[in-house]
Amino acid sequence: MSQLSVENLDVYYGAVHALKGVSVHAEAGEIVTLIGANGAGKTTLLRTISGLVPAKSGRVMFEGRDITRVPAHEIVALGLSQSPEGRMVFANLSVEDNLEMGAYIRKDKAGIREDRDAMYQLFPRLLERRKQLSGTLSGGEQQMLAIARALMSRPRVVLLDEPSLGIAPLLVRDIFKNIVEINRRGVTVLLVEQNAHMALSIARRGYVLETGKVVLEDEAAKLAANDEVRKAYLGG
Amino acid sequence: MSTFLQQLVNGVTWGSVYALIALGYTMVYGILRLINFAHGDIYMLGAFIGLYASRWFNAAKDPSPVKALLVLLTSMLLSALIGMIIERLAYKPVRKSPRLSALITAIGVSLLLENGGALVFGEDQKFFPQLIPQKTIALMAGVSISNQQLIVLVVSIVLMFGLRMFVLHTRTGKAMQAVSHSHMAASLMGISVDRIITFTFMIGSSLAAAAGVLVALQSPKIEPYMGIMPGLKAFVAAVLGGIGNIPGAVVGGLVMGIAEVMVTGYLSPTYRDAIAFVLLIVILLVRPAGIFGKAVTEKV
Repeated sequence: MSQLSVENLDVYYGAVHALKGVSVHAEAGEIVTLIGANGAGKTTLLRTISGLVPAKSGRVMFEGRDITRVPAHEIVALGLSQSPEGRMVFANLSVEDNLEMGAYIRKDKAGIREDRDAMYQLFPRLLERRKQLSGTLSGGEQQMLAIARALMSRPRVVLLDEPSLGIAPLLVRDIFKNIVEINRRGVTVLLVEQNAHMALSIARRGYVLETGKVVLEDEAAKLAANDEVRKAYLGG
Repeated sequence: MSTFLQQLVNGVTWGSVYALIALGYTMVYGILRLINFAHGDIYMLGAFIGLYASRWFNAAKDPSPVKALLVLLTSMLLSALIGMIIERLAYKPVRKSPRLSALITAIGVSLLLENGGALVFGEDQKFFPQLIPQKTIALMAGVSISNQQLIVLVVSIVLMFGLRMFVLHTRTGKAMQAVSHSHMAASLMGISVDRIITFTFMIGSSLAAAAGVLVALQSPKIEPYMGIMPGLKAFVAAVLGGIGNIPGAVVGGLVMGIAEVMVTGYLSPTYRDAIAFVLLIVILLVRPAGIFGKAVTEKV
């Protein structure tokens, strides 16, 4: 049984059929990536998994439990968190308070402090800026914060929505290195990316989404070698 | 000079009442982008609950500071519950509707509270018992403060300071800030946005109720429509300070109170109510985001 599986998911935004019978799954310990163009439905899929967008039909199973109708704030407590598209850091709170909000569902103060320090080790820039309002951070720093914040709930599965979006290439490499490290520490990663090259280089398996449908599904290395994928997403 | 200082003392006291009411407007706006037009009526309910509470505690015949405190706390607590019920019954059902629906709902709730109040309490003025007999304390030659004013001032400062500590330093307070920034991101943290919203209404309502009781302590005539004008003015105060901004509401309230008292003292009491709206027009022309409000620049 997969740790996370999405089965035949249909999602509508008003009249728009955003996801059409999408099925994806992630096994414990994997990095799985979803690639696809703008508007393919990647973000919608992650939002539906997290309970932010209701599913019309189909279901989302997490560790054997149907979470399709579980409200977003309860899903976090089950062990599944998300770093959303556009980062959505709490601009009016300091870096440290953002991390504290990431651990909102937890009560173990010592453990929270420990994890916060671990995040500062993983992202030393956040330590330098811990008292700063997060709205004043650079895009790359906000992205690090968004990922760190998502990890503060000690998730077993983390959804990362476009961590490379609008970030300097050098920082992107840093961030991806850290994603690998996070995964190595035992967190399953479902990674949505437009930067297919980077995503496929760290993932074990991948899905290609086009206009709300999964059109390809394979091991990452094979997807990276696939002619159609190369032409459409890897620049030739 | 002493006249001016005396006016200042009166203005700050009166302004702290506006500040307490303005806090509720600004907090609810911060979290829901809703102007809760029924908020001034909670101030009225606060005064009436205080009136009934002083009867229960037999505080009119046998007044004491302890009883006055009990009356204040009872009013704050029950008003918080009323705020919760209003939020659940009136605003929650329209939360996903266009913002105009919520605004119209707020106006509806306001009318309901005013006319419901007239029905239940009667339209005529009621007299709030004198829980604390008035004494005058001389501050310096020609400047004095009454013990009632002092109580208003002290209680307001304690409440505002408490609110600030709560919002900045507790987990729930930070969650309120998180929700005011983004409902979606907050729920991704495991924060129950619904609960935070309800809680915000409760806090705002209890502060308005405190304002109602504090005002009734010094000017004891209360009636079901007493919340309209102070409500409007506190709303202007919130806009003045920058709506959604908590320190802004306090400063806006103080500016409003001082301006009113000064206008009354130096120009004419006739212009007392007008000054609020003059201030509103000026701030909207000069600095629409309010004194503390600034367009938050977010890097993307």
